[in-house]
Amino acid sequence: MKNNIKEMIKSLNGCAADRPVNIMEVCGTHTMSISRHGIRQVIPEKTSLISGPGCPVCVTSANDIDIMLEIIDSYDVTVFTFGDMLRVPGTRSSLYAKKSEGRDINICYSPADALDFAVKNPDRKVIFIAIGFETTIPLTSVILKRAYQMKTGNFYIYNTHKLIPEALEALISDKQVKIDAFLCPGHVSAIIGSRPYDFIAKNYNIPCVISGFEAHDILESIIMIFDQIKKDEPDVEIQYSRVVREEGNPEAVKSIYEVFKKVDSCWRGLGIIKGSGLRLKKKFLKFDAKINFPVKKVISRELPGCECGEILKGLKKPYECRLFSKVCKPENPIGPCMVSSEGSCAAYYKYEKERL
Amino acid sequence: MKKKDYDIRPKLINIMEPEKNKKIFKDKIIQLSHGDGGIKTSELISNLILKYFGNKTLNKLMDSAVIKGSSQKIAFTTDSFVVNPIFFPGGDIGKLAVCGTINDLVTSGCTPSGLSLSFILEEGFAVKDLIKILSSMKKVLKESGAVIVTGDTKVVERGIADKIYINTSGIGFIPDKLDISPCRIKEGDAILLNGDIGEHGAAILGERKEFDFKSDIKSDCAPLSSLVSDIISVSSNIHALRDATRGGLASILFELSEASNTTFEIHEEKIPVKKEVRGICEFLGLDPLYMTNEGKMAVFVDKKDAEAVLNKMKKNKYGKNSRIIGRVSGKNKDKSGRVFLITELGTRRILDLQYSEQLPRIC
Repeated sequence: MKNNIKEMIKSLNGCAADRPVNIMEVCGTHTMSISRHGIRQVIPEKTSLISGPGCPVCVTSANDIDIMLEIIDSYDVTVFTFGDMLRVPGTRSSLYAKKSEGRDINICYSPADALDFAVKNPDRKVIFIAIGFETTIPLTSVILKRAYQMKTGNFYIYNTHKLIPEALEALISDKQVKIDAFLCPGHVSAIIGSRPYDFIAKNYNIPCVISGFEAHDILESIIMIFDQIKKDEPDVEIQYSRVVREEGNPEAVKSIYEVFKKVDSCWRGLGIIKGSGLRLKKKFLKFDAKINFPVKKVISRELPGCECGEILKGLKKPYECRLFSKVCKPENPIGPCMVSSEGSCAAYYKYEKERL
Repeated sequence: MKKKDYDIRPKLINIMEPEKNKKIFKDKIIQLSHGDGGIKTSELISNLILKYFGNKTLNKLMDSAVIKGSSQKIAFTTDSFVVNPIFFPGGDIGKLAVCGTINDLVTSGCTPSGLSLSFILEEGFAVKDLIKILSSMKKVLKESGAVIVTGDTKVVERGIADKIYINTSGIGFIPDKLDISPCRIKEGDAILLNGDIGEHGAAILGERKEFDFKSDIKSDCAPLSSLVSDIISVSSNIHALRDATRGGLASILFELSEASNTTFEIHEEKIPVKKEVRGICEFLGLDPLYMTNEGKMAVFVDKKDAEAVLNKMKKNKYGKNSRIIGRVSGKNKDKSGRVFLITELGTRRILDLQYSEQLPRIC
């Protein structure tokens, strides 16, 4: 393996374009892996790896957090969510602070845990905060279908699910953002396959490679990108072929659209992106927490000084934010990119602050 | 919530002369009365606990154990165990409770001698599970050479505790000429590790119902007393030992670097990780360097003795896959921990403490 990797680094530097190349990764696990393996230290000088909006926690809008907090304040509910969501600051508070105050907020690893709890505790109203991209949406769909079949009356989801290809199109269309290639997410693509990215290569001439997460996967993917740039033949290639198929997992995709339909969605830092979110279809609306627990309109504002928005678009590196590692640290996160274990600020802080 | 808390006073049981009354323990589940200091309590102690751990000191059931002393230095440690699930591949909460305290003791170079053992049991806990736990504790105690010299049992109402909690404390005597502590770590020391990391953490994850995967990974839970005595027998230049438990290898290296004001350089490719553990970590987005171990230890030794110590470790059953994983590369003046990892790519990054527990990825 070691020799293989050395060869890769050699050929990587041999085949690099002699112009600056910006490669954006759009998956939090890639972001972490790039920092963890120190990949920036071995790629050609003119190549930049920039982190896009690939971490679901990071792109959840402050408004969603604020509405959730308002629901928790107004109703006696039991809330389940994935761990990282707890510490994301809303405008005034966070789920973590509410939990410490004694609210019934729990970490789970799967929506199935939340549904189980609801079934066993029929006197509690249970809300699962559904977060994530195409990787976790099928899980939510399956659980909602199960809840529908079991006629569970005390289970709800607060839906913040988002779709990746639509966000990529929005990024490309943003004139400020300069992207020469995409390192496409491995797990999302395991579900949707490679075809949803075709328009990026065809319409925008931007190379895409779906990559695995190990160091050799990422190096090989970058070599594939260089190759496409050199030949000037933008395409969507699958490096992570041990997991990803061109057609993806049609069953999982089908289950998403049995339960949800596409709507516009607000991304932190990116604003409203057309067709990038999901809402429950009519049949499943009885599980929608926003409908069942109405609250007064919440006014949200971005966190002062926090540049997560620029960082999520790849316009700024985490260390270019004035708050980074001075005020904003993992133990005292100001913005979501530092909160999430998949956020780019957390990745830079954890693995690369020594070099900065 | 009201917490009922019944103390077993050993002197009450003393009157019962447990040695003479030892019978079969017939109850199937733990009841509150097993902790109320009455007849049921004495039955539990005499007919079950002493059956497994009885020895000259413990059988006296005094308020405090009296052990023969010496002029040697004494090592003293304590640890509580609240793990869920209580049974997992390669061990259970009882084995953990013994190994955890034994391993904490031996890192100071001592021979473990006496352990205390306290249970907090939930009303309704199955006695057959308790017996399973007691017998696995007995087995590792025998292997380590230590004995239980004092103990305590409490029973709390159903729902107040989760099945069983165990606390163990232990003491051991340190030979006069030995001085093993982080402040002795010095520039040039070799850093050794006794085998594959991350197995306990991965085994526990595999047992949790929320992760639906099957694996053959077993916890590495083991008493390291024989390994330490082997190491000490071949080198008088062992500077520090630390078992890499919660927070994993990365965390203990960071702590030792901070405690010794030195910088370490660790080579990722020399740290053994089993393929299955690597697979689970890749799947969930976790880092094996931060996964819990229960039978792994970092050894800091003067480089001139490194090969001899390594060869001796490899002959011990808990050190077959031992490696030299790095070295103490320099002094560190600003008193913060500095551990550098040379990655498989040949790049360099810092190993830091984690702010919070590792969470499975969601993207």
